[in-house]
This record gives sequence, C-alpha cells and structure tokens, in this order.
Amino acid sequence: MLQGHQTWVFNNKPTILSTAAVGGPYEADGPLADDFDLLHADLWMGQDSYEKAERKMVEEACEIAIRKAGKQKQDIQFFLCGDLLNQIISSSFAARTLAVPFLGLYGACSSSMESLALGSLIVDSKAGNNVICGAVSHNAAVEKQFRYPTEYGAQKPPTAQWTVTGAGMALLCDKGDGPKVTSATIGKIVDMGISDPYNMGGAMAPAAVDTITAHFRDLRISAKDYDLIATGDLGRVGHNIAADLFKKHDIDVPDGIFTDCGLMIYKEDQPNVFAGGSGCGCSATVTFGHIVNRMKKRELNKVLIVATGALLSPLSYQQKESIPCIAHAVSIENV
Amino acid sequence: MSNKEKKKLTPVQQQYQSFSKAREPQRPVLFNCVKAFLVGGAICALGQGVSDFFIWNFDFTEKTVGNPTVAVMILLSVILTSLGVYDHIAQFAGAGTAIPVTGFANSMASAAIEHRSEGFVLGVGGNMFKLAGSVIVFGVFAAFLVALIKTTLTLLGGS
Repeated sequence: MLQGHQTWVFNNKPTILSTAAVGGPYEADGPLADDFDLLHADLWMGQDSYEKAERKMVEEACEIAIRKAGKQKQDIQFFLCGDLLNQIISSSFAARTLAVPFLGLYGACSSSMESLALGSLIVDSKAGNNVICGAVSHNAAVEKQFRYPTEYGAQKPPTAQWTVTGAGMALLCDKGDGPKVTSATIGKIVDMGISDPYNMGGAMAPAAVDTITAHFRDLRISAKDYDLIATGDLGRVGHNIAADLFKKHDIDVPDGIFTDCGLMIYKEDQPNVFAGGSGCGCSATVTFGHIVNRMKKRELNKVLIVATGALLSPLSYQQKESIPCIAHAVSIENV
Repeated sequence: MSNKEKKKLTPVQQQYQSFSKAREPQRPVLFNCVKAFLVGGAICALGQGVSDFFIWNFDFTEKTVGNPTVAVMILLSVILTSLGVYDHIAQFAGAGTAIPVTGFANSMASAAIEHRSEGFVLGVGGNMFKLAGSVIVFGVFAAFLVALIKTTLTLLGGS
C-alpha cells in the first residue's frame, strides 16, 4: 500500500474497464477528435445555460462508460467527480441524475487524477467495486467564473491557455480486461509565488516536477520505466519550464516520452488556444480518450499521468494572493 | 513585478520566478501599441465620419452632434458583441478597442449576455455594471474633484 512518503501501490491492480470522453466544438477541431466518444457541435449543447451544458457532459460520459463496460446503472457503487464551478455543481447535479453514492472532489484541474487515485484506492481496498471517476470543464462556464464574460474584449497574453470543454470518465472494476491502475502519488501544494492567473503553466510546473520526482523516489524507479509521462495542463510555457527544471535537478526525463495533455488536445495553430489547453476536462478527456485508446492498441504499455491543478479562486487573486498548485500522478499499465 | 512585492517572497520563490520569467514568451508590447493605435484611430475616424454625416444631413451643430454619434458607436459595438465578433477584434487591437466608448459598451453588453441565464433582475440588471461600474465610480469621482478645484479657484478670485 503506502510506499515511501506519498505513493500508494495498488496490489490488486484495479482495472479501467471502460472509459468515455465527451467534448465540444473546439475539441472536435483538434487532432484528437477521433478519440472522443461524443462531440458536441455547439457550446450550449441544447441547454439554456453553460452550467447545464457542463452537467450534461458528465451525465453523457457516465452513460457511455457504463454502456461500454456492459454494465447497468445499478451496478455502479460509487461516483467520484470534480469540476471547476463554484460548489462543484456540475458533479453534484450529475450525481443527482446518476443516483449512486457520490464523493465530490475539488482539486482544480488535478481533479481527474485525484478521482482516479481515490477510485483505485476504493476498488483496491475492496471498499467498493464498479466505481466511476472523472472530471469535467466547460470553456464558457469556467471563463465566466474565473475571468471575464466570454464576449468581453480583453486581450489575452501569449501565456494564456484555453479551457477545454469536455468530460472524461473511467469505470474501475476489480477484475476484467483493460489497463490497470498500479500506483498513485498524491502531490503536495507547491507555491512559487506566481500570482498571474494568465500564467497557470508557469505556476503549476514546479508542482508537477515535485510530484514526478516524489513518484520516482518513492517507487525507486526512473523515467525509463515509462513509455509516456503526460502532465495535465501545463501548456507550452509550463511544459518547457518543467522540462528545464528536470534538467536543472539532474533528473533524466527524455523529451520523447515527456508531454502534456494541454499540448496534445489542440493543433498548434488553432485560434485562441495560445499556450495550450487547460481545465479539468483537459487531462480527463486526453487520458480517458486518446491515451487509454493507445494503451488498448498496445502502442503504449506503461504511462504516468500527472494532472496539475492551480488552486486559486477569483477572490484570492483579486486579493493579490499567489497561486497554490498541486499535481497528482497515477500510473496506468497493461499487465 | 515590483521589488516591494518581490521582498515578500522566499529566496527559492524569487529564484524560480526569474527562472520561469526567462522561459515565458514575451508580450509584443511595441507591436501591440501599433495595432492599438491603428484600430483605435480607425474607430475614432469612423466616429468622425458618423458625426460629419449627422452635421451634413441633419440639423446638428458640432456641439450637439456628440450624442447621436456616441449612440451610433455604442449600437455598433453592442451588435458586434452580440454577434461574437468584438472579442476577436479586441484580441487583435487590445487597448485600441477598450479605450473608445465602444469598449465601454462592450463591457456592459458582454456582462449582460453572460448573465442572462440568471434572469433579468439578478442576472442582467445585477451584473451589467460588473466591469463598467468602476469606470463610472472613478469617472464621477474624478469629475467631482475637478469641479471642486474649479469652484475653489473661482471663489478665490480667479476668472
């Protein structure tokens, strides 16, 4: 179980029985469009508010994951979900529809791996079986909450990132076919004093480096043990900083295997994206869509997903507080 | 970041901030200024065209033409905001679209559209001045101060 200071090793290796990724129009234009199970052409998704649209994506992703696993709604024992809206309403309201025991999580954009780590812990310790975990974000709903109105003409700096519209869910089971969750490293808060909400990548990079380093230390492994190490949403700026931090601390993380979900989900020249994707949905959809699909095709056999979260609120940055950041790492293997 | 703010940081944080600053893409400040100047200038030229149009075609003087001109510019800005175009122009133009009256109209219209889902009273009414409110507050306060100074000077015997 606990190995080292902050890493859980799952001896029973919970299986990711099925996954689901739901996205919006921007994601449909991106290079990973084929890995989504459902793509919406419109940000409203037939709802009368963006918040309801976000909730709808959670419900759809859960439904798809359950269907793909060949299960029924009543088979689900726990539901773990997080989002970025106040009081995590999208998760809670979707849990109302799903009507299963629910744990709401908030780890900002690290919620995807926070939920996968906790879900694996539940399945591994036999506290439950058939657990759905995941996270969601909606570009317009998140912008509304954290920044300016979507139609407001404010110029964004090149370090800004584009919040992903998408929900990613995974159904965990104690047995079955599929990639296994083998370990998880729970991150510590790292705050390097950055207070610019338009430079999340720069703020979160040290947290990702801290968690990855702790993961290697606790398990006595190195980057060579992985086919892919993907951070959640550092974007171009944060990814370069993280890569340079590894070099500075003499930790060998080859460029070929080190990537970022925020860089994968959009094309480099997609308008408004700037430094890359961000948001809970970024690591959730890329991991539970693209990466798990590649694992099933055996193109990847052992991956480490490091979801990064910036734990700020609109209030805290108006009060000139710096941004506390966190990263949770989960390793997924074909065994 | 000013030095005063930097003093509160630990040495490790300061070191990281310089480390990350060196790896951030720089804002193209000069290019942004040129773009803001050109687009801002174009908006003002358009405004001038509109006011000339009113003076030539209707019974307006240079003093009275301000109101209908501003109304037209605001209307144009609100239409472009509603069509979802204004924010894209603003990303290109920066201060060029924010400083003229069109920017003020955009801040109000965008907030109104954004909060329509919370209803007319608490949503649209309550949030319309979310961004524009501070302009009004400090604009009125500055005008009050200037009026106070002018009145004092007049009372002291100035002309």
